[in-house]
Amino acid sequence: MISCDEATAICDKNQYGEASRWDKLRLQLHLFLCKHCKHYSKQNHIITKILGKYAPGCDGSEHLSEKEKEELEEKLKEQLKQ
Amino acid sequence: MSDVKKHTLDPNKWVVLYADYLFNYAVTRVNDQDLAKDLVQETFFSGVKGKDNFRGQASERTWLISILKRKIIDHYRKINSVKGKKEVRVNFYADGEKKGSWIEERVPMHWGNDADKEIENLELKDALDNCINSLPEKYRMVFLLKTVQNYETAEICNELGISSSNLWVIIHRARVQLRRCVEENWFKN
Repeated sequence: MISCDEATAICDKNQYGEASRWDKLRLQLHLFLCKHCKHYSKQNHIITKILGKYAPGCDGSEHLSEKEKEELEEKLKEQLKQ
Repeated sequence: MSDVKKHTLDPNKWVVLYADYLFNYAVTRVNDQDLAKDLVQETFFSGVKGKDNFRGQASERTWLISILKRKIIDHYRKINSVKGKKEVRVNFYADGEKKGSWIEERVPMHWGNDADKEIENLELKDALDNCINSLPEKYRMVFLLKTVQNYETAEICNELGISSSNLWVIIHRARVQLRRCVEENWFKN
């Protein structure tokens, strides 16, 4: 039987759908007998669901402001002089 | 100019042409605007210093991205090796008879039967945000890349120069800590 540490590690991996079938089986067996990890598993799933709502911004792009670009431009010119 | 091959470099146009692209690339990986800005600047500076090494085989943009990637790995190595760095707390016994079992005072509590219904609660989301931000930097970065930015495991490992088992240990520790943090700041009351 795997330990709680191992069981929760599989549970974490499984949040991304990357746990193997064998690992999932071992996890199920562990959860059958361990109340603490059962709580963990349930709560982990809640955290995953909340995070699923994060999704990066619609167009997925971040920009520098015009002022930041000007500053960058200045600094780069300094470098080019050297 | 001495570059007579296909691609050439023109640092005077870098900011206009690539600043946003590089910044966006960096910010989705380090999740920190100021840091991303610094990395872009360093990339341009390194580009200027190393422009004689440019062979013209790749496009200017590809070449700059490869420098930026190197900067991100360097940054990750640096935060990873800082002495006295913040670590996550231990939740399981590390050895002895109870090796791998929950340490009694860190056992997950029952969050109540209605915990599922809280998923839409914006204040809970804020609490979770705070918990993520309190993670040690190396955990926070890998966790966000994997969970929020949805990068492939192999991609993160490649970019940060870590093994996949390394990545899963980091994810595991981050999530154990997050669960605990949410419990203490939200479900305890």
